Amino acid sequence: MIEAEHLTKRYGLLAAIEDVSFQVRQGEILGFLGPNGAGKTTTMRILAGFFPATQGRAVVAGYDVFEQPLEAKSRVGYLPENPPLYTEMTVDSYLRFVATIKGVASSDTPDRMEIVKDRCGLSGQGQRLIKHLSKGYRQRVGLAQALIHDPDVLILDEPTIGLDPKQIIEFRELIGSLRGEHTIILSTHILPEVSMTCDRVIIISRGRIVAVDSPQNLTSRIQGGEQIDLTVGGDTGRVKELLNAVPHVTRVTVEAAENGLSSVLVEADGQAEVRHAVARQMIHGGLDLYELKVRSVSLEDVFVELTTEEEAAEGTGREEDEPDTQREAVS
Amino acid sequence: MRNYFAIVSKELYSFFVSPIAYVVLGVFFAVSGYFFFGITTSIIERVQQMGFQSQQFGSAPPPVDVFSVITSNIFSIISTIFLLLMPLITMGVFAEEKKRGTVELLFTSPLTHLQLILGKFTAVMVFLLVMLVPTILKLCLLYFYSDPLPPLSPVLNGFLGAFLLGGSLLSLGIFASSLTESQIVAGILSFGFIIILWVVDWMAGTGSTLGNEVLRYLSIMSHYEDFTKGVLDTSHVFFYLSLIFMGLFLTSVSLNSPKWRS
Repeated sequence: MIEAEHLTKRYGLLAAIEDVSFQVRQGEILGFLGPNGAGKTTTMRILAGFFPATQGRAVVAGYDVFEQPLEAKSRVGYLPENPPLYTEMTVDSYLRFVATIKGVASSDTPDRMEIVKDRCGLSGQGQRLIKHLSKGYRQRVGLAQALIHDPDVLILDEPTIGLDPKQIIEFRELIGSLRGEHTIILSTHILPEVSMTCDRVIIISRGRIVAVDSPQNLTSRIQGGEQIDLTVGGDTGRVKELLNAVPHVTRVTVEAAENGLSSVLVEADGQAEVRHAVARQMIHGGLDLYELKVRSVSLEDVFVELTTEEEAAEGTGREEDEPDTQREAVS
Repeated sequence: MRNYFAIVSKELYSFFVSPIAYVVLGVFFAVSGYFFFGITTSIIERVQQMGFQSQQFGSAPPPVDVFSVITSNIFSIISTIFLLLMPLITMGVFAEEKKRGTVELLFTSPLTHLQLILGKFTAVMVFLLVMLVPTILKLCLLYFYSDPLPPLSPVLNGFLGAFLLGGSLLSLGIFASSLTESQIVAGILSFGFIIILWVVDWMAGTGSTLGNEVLRYLSIMSHYEDFTKGVLDTSHVFFYLSLIFMGLFLTSVSLNSPKWRS
């Protein structure tokens, strides 16, 4: 549905993105992940036809974005980072205007407006002026605008930025409900969002793609095996001895021992599930099992790993990106 | 065509909900009304004086086409007000779209630049017509109180001249607006363009070298005088039409430049 081939965009000597290639299948939700300034917006603007790439080719819904711009653009819904709203208009008049310039037939316009308003939770808001709407509602109008012509491809640039946690959850559900009908590219620097909504993730750093995979594969790729945190009451030596006897356990590390409670990290080779075996071993050995949980590597770790690897490999010593406060706040 | 009309109506809608439009209209109506009153009363006084003087000498008063004199003066004044007000109408046309990010919507929609530029130009021309309505009404009033009915050509020509001059200024202003995302910068730029075209013939002096002729030809006001006198010269019409075309063409070049979109 979307093909990006060797896209490069330079501003003077500075390359915003360099040789970015990827494909998105029909009905897929692709997450575009990267720190601020990594080139997410640039890539999306190229795909949406806002500006041309310096090099490379972008094909959307079967049309080259710059050879056949009108055909391609009429099949793309684009929500930029700041929703492009005419704040002096009412929601209805704005959506009517967008429907017209996106080429929706005038006989279909009222129906389409009702459908997208309903879908984006804007029912009953049609007569309100956009400037009187809250940030969350404006974002909904932005999404309604991108959906109004029922596009094959949706490009959403940081769609949840500036929303409160409840709105973010609603927004994710909304995007989930579009799954299958539309091919969606979604950029974000909020990691849980990607693991929750996306089928596939592209991690982009400093203008280059550093990884493309499903969120699950990305995490297991970094993790290697399975890690379990245990809190057990009893003699530390005996705990170690018993745990080492469990099949597939490769390493046992006692991380802390206080008041007769030991915190133990159990590492397994990942070829078989060991949690139940570990638990049984502890109980049968007469120890008190207080806590057992799988230490999961989050996408966050993957992300940090991949983007810092890239930095080290490049060794350019460019300035750090601005600190990512949004991430901590939300996750 | 549908896209074009969508742009025109959106622009007009945005105009008439924005305070700038009403301030511009208000100021223009007040100032042109003031001048209309001033010009009309002073000319009528002059004509009365001439009548008294000729009575003293026992001769018939000379025939004066009061209507045409007033018309010509009104249109001269209007042109000067235009020079000051037009940049205020156009300064936001593209700058505001860029500032608000709505240009991302326009440029990722299946719209051509031609539809976009002509749509926006048509909208400001409609605004220009609205500005001229009260002046036309006042002149109609004068016309129907005149006895015998004077020729209509001075009004029609003056009106055409004002429309063409206004169109040229608006088209240059749209170009200025396409260069920047700041309305203020766009406004100052269009003032700059307009003032240069206004005074460009002052440099020409009295010589008749080719350079001087060119400078004189470029002056935006020298082409306007004939219209106020009720003379229709197609070369002046051509001058303004080419200025309009140039402004819109430069706008399209500027919109095609990917540089500012970074």
